[in-house]
Amino acid sequence: MIDISHITVDLVKSISLFKPETTLIATFLLAMILDMAFKKSKNIAGYIAIAGLLITAIFLFEQTGANYKAFSSLLVVDSFGQFMKFIVLMSSLIIIVFSFFSDELHNAHTKLGEYYTLIIGMTFGMFLLVGSSNLIMIYVAIETMSISSYVLAGYTKEVKRASEASLKYVIFGAVSSGIMIYGISILFGLTGSLNLFEINQFLVANKVATIPLLLSGLMILSGFGYKISAVPFHFWTPDVYEGAPVTITAYLSVASKAAGFAVLLRFFKTGLLDSIPGTSEAWQLLGSIDWHYVIAVLAVLTMTLGNLVAVWQTNMKRLLAYSSIAHAGYLLMAVSVMNDNGVSAVLIYFFFYMLMNLGAFFVVQLVANKLNSEEVEDYNGLGYRSPVLGVCMTVFLISLTGLPPTSGFIGKLYVFSAVINSGYLWLAVIGVLNSVVSLYYYVKIIRNMYLRDVESTKSKLVFSPVTIAIVLLLAVPTLLFGVYFTPIIEWANYSMNIFVGN
Amino acid sequence: MLGTMNFPILTWITFLPLLGILIVLLVPSGKSEKGQELSKQIIRWVAVGITFTQLILAFIIYLNYNPAMTGINELKSFQFVEKLSWITASLPMVGDINIEYFMGIDGISVPMILLTAIICFVAVFPSFGINKAVKGYFAMYLLLDLGMMGVFCALDFFLFYLFWELMLLPMYFLIGIWGGPRKEYAAIKFFIYTLVGSVFMLLVMIGLYHSTGSFNILEMMNAANFKGDSLFGGINTTVRYVAFMGLFIGFAIKVPVFPFHTWLPDAHVEAPTPISVILAGVLLKMGAYGMIRIAFPIFPDAFGYFQTLIAWIGMISIVYGAFCALGQHKVGKRDFKKLIAYSSVSHMGLVILGLSSMRPEGMVGAIFQMFNHGIITAMLFMIVGVIYDRAHTRGLDDFGGLAKKMPIYTGIMAVAFFAAIGLPGMSGFISEVLVFLGAFKSYPVLTIISGLSIILGAAYMLWALQKIFFGVLPEKWKGPWDPTRVKYKTDDVNGLEMVALIPLAIIVIFLGVYPNPILNLMTGSVNHFIELMRPFVYIGGL
Repeated sequence: MIDISHITVDLVKSISLFKPETTLIATFLLAMILDMAFKKSKNIAGYIAIAGLLITAIFLFEQTGANYKAFSSLLVVDSFGQFMKFIVLMSSLIIIVFSFFSDELHNAHTKLGEYYTLIIGMTFGMFLLVGSSNLIMIYVAIETMSISSYVLAGYTKEVKRASEASLKYVIFGAVSSGIMIYGISILFGLTGSLNLFEINQFLVANKVATIPLLLSGLMILSGFGYKISAVPFHFWTPDVYEGAPVTITAYLSVASKAAGFAVLLRFFKTGLLDSIPGTSEAWQLLGSIDWHYVIAVLAVLTMTLGNLVAVWQTNMKRLLAYSSIAHAGYLLMAVSVMNDNGVSAVLIYFFFYMLMNLGAFFVVQLVANKLNSEEVEDYNGLGYRSPVLGVCMTVFLISLTGLPPTSGFIGKLYVFSAVINSGYLWLAVIGVLNSVVSLYYYVKIIRNMYLRDVESTKSKLVFSPVTIAIVLLLAVPTLLFGVYFTPIIEWANYSMNIFVGN
Repeated sequence: MLGTMNFPILTWITFLPLLGILIVLLVPSGKSEKGQELSKQIIRWVAVGITFTQLILAFIIYLNYNPAMTGINELKSFQFVEKLSWITASLPMVGDINIEYFMGIDGISVPMILLTAIICFVAVFPSFGINKAVKGYFAMYLLLDLGMMGVFCALDFFLFYLFWELMLLPMYFLIGIWGGPRKEYAAIKFFIYTLVGSVFMLLVMIGLYHSTGSFNILEMMNAANFKGDSLFGGINTTVRYVAFMGLFIGFAIKVPVFPFHTWLPDAHVEAPTPISVILAGVLLKMGAYGMIRIAFPIFPDAFGYFQTLIAWIGMISIVYGAFCALGQHKVGKRDFKKLIAYSSVSHMGLVILGLSSMRPEGMVGAIFQMFNHGIITAMLFMIVGVIYDRAHTRGLDDFGGLAKKMPIYTGIMAVAFFAAIGLPGMSGFISEVLVFLGAFKSYPVLTIISGLSIILGAAYMLWALQKIFFGVLPEKWKGPWDPTRVKYKTDDVNGLEMVALIPLAIIVIFLGVYPNPILNLMTGSVNHFIELMRPFVYIGGL
């Protein structure tokens, strides 16, 4: 006789913890139905999506301080997850707003209803991924978000490069999730569990063979690495980023990276490391594998390759694609220290990265609307053709480089601080040298905007006040948080708690 | 009196340019051609007004400064101190953070603040010749001004770094937009070189923060504030040596000393006249200032370890810079600005040599040399600007016999040239003698070699003077500069240029005869500084 009472109790509690996700599902369905009902209005699903996301935000906010397992440890609700979910949610909101102003999407001969619903679907997948504490759940969540993102990447299907991007994305995605599920099966074979807490307990109690554990860890990493576009799983990034609509490129570069980093951190912290709750000491490593170095090597490869290749790019989307690879490298640097300082650096960095990267992509989108081009060459004289846009773009680029007084600098400061505090001086030196390399290509854009075509005879570019307001809404905080960042570091501090079982 | 009071004068002098930027940006561009001209004129005079107010504030600081209070590592003997908490959070998981808005000055910063105010004021006048994107130019100019002032006032490392980096972007634009033919190359070269230096500074700053738990530069100077097991704890450890070298290279790039100097000739040659003036007049001083304020006193043990090496670097810069300047006399490569740029490398080497001696007279001489070099080189660059504006060339071979055509100009130029050579009676002489006096006791051989290079200095300067002003006036310059007499009413320097040049000439001669007004400012602080360093360093003659 199975005692189902405690299962029922668990289920009831779990459903109440599942409110944000439930809201997303409801929004998804509602948007789809209403879009069919109101065929004339192109953006109706978008408005529904925004409303749904705002309600989700309220439910998410209610979970402040929560620290629970749900659905028999399939998911956890903790403050770390809450922070990352907020990042995902904010980027989804911002991307939907961006989409309203995208000529590229509105000129496509496709309905936009599915576009917005798919963004909600992807958001749902990312929410699941951020909270997953079970390997199968992680796999299902990755697939949920991936399938939405494959379609979104090729949404403007008349554009050849978009279809190409989508196909490449699918193929690379399929390969990497195949490798990942193989890794999961090895880990299951080793430990006899798919639950990260149980895997952890097993590893603490028993000695397992090093090679299979390393192998399975690396294979699972390849799945995460694909999501965060870490070298050597980055090959899809430039092509997909270039081919996809700008809005989706921006979305992939922030939200899906955030989800990827969240699950990466959670996987290591809850699964492979001996957890000492509430300490900022380095996490204990299990199975005598030095994951520090594995991740640190990945970080070095990722940022160096990203930066060096970005130098040669002439297309803005490709350039920002490689720059986003480089930023994944900086973030991996913070992951590699494997302590709470590193986690806080990742959180702080992500918040600022979201602001500046989305801002830069929005400028690319606006310019593409007017000039029908994404080439760096066509930015010549932009600073004079549209002064506000030029200044804001400069702020974003300087912030991406990591120069004060912008928030990007604060992000880098915390990353390097975590690295130095753990004594990896060599890693910090490679990191700062990479920043110097990145200066070259970011400033190349600034050069084209301001140093070329001074007092150009080309016509002024006029953008609608709403779009300018949106750019300012991203640019002003990028600057302000550079000189006053107390709220963000406090928020990050309270969001440090990764749920690690009892 | 404004005295030692509650009026936050350092905040005012630093952030006054921000007010200027706001005004400049709000001035409407004007629709008609006449309106545009008027708008440009308003913007220019706003910049004059702001920098002049700054100059007055600097003077008030100077008059109220008490040289008996020495600063360096004691909070209570800093003056005009403003200390407010800025970013403070007690975070159990992330680690506490405490950044202060901490400004204050001592005898080492006061001459620099004075210098910055003077140079930023006089460099506005050659900026009147800028006609392209005037609004952007003056916004950037004032932002640069803000950054420079801030560096000399900040006593919190984070704040210092913020100001330090704040200057990069304006400088990039000022060279890159308003510069000469190879401006893009020069601008990015400047940007990347300086950033390489400052990222190492960033790493050391973070390390120091973790070791002491604060960004306060003064606390970092006290070994007791370092946690025992922290990164930079203890003395004479390898990691401290490495960190010192990181800081030293960061500052040395800015000075610049051999072998980090290659950005300087490019930047100087391509930059517009007023920016060359600021670059040579103030920016180069920040490197040496950073060494005195941060690198040396925080890592005195490492300084002691590398002291001889630093003296060598100083000597090599002096000799190498002089030879490069002399090398500008090959036919076809004779660029006036490049000549002065290399002479800057040589003269700043003198500063490094003086600092490495750790003798009071050597250090006072070095700081005084920073001040003098700022004034003299600013003059030299403005002098180049004057003929470049008229003749549109800086080639030394293109000129000759200008003395007859421009007598007043020749007079001013003679003052600047002789000051640069170090002729007695000019301020440059005093500082050179003091540096050599100090350095000779600590490093006699290096000093003798450096002293000999003064002859080279005289050679290239006098040669250039002779080339431009004496001999035969080339056929093409026989007529007036401006036949229409609209832009240049006479062939000699005009009023605006004299406003910029004459005060500098007076300062040079006055301080050459009576240097005490500046020397008195810093002797107390320098002696205190040397007391602080004494246990760790080699001081000759004691």
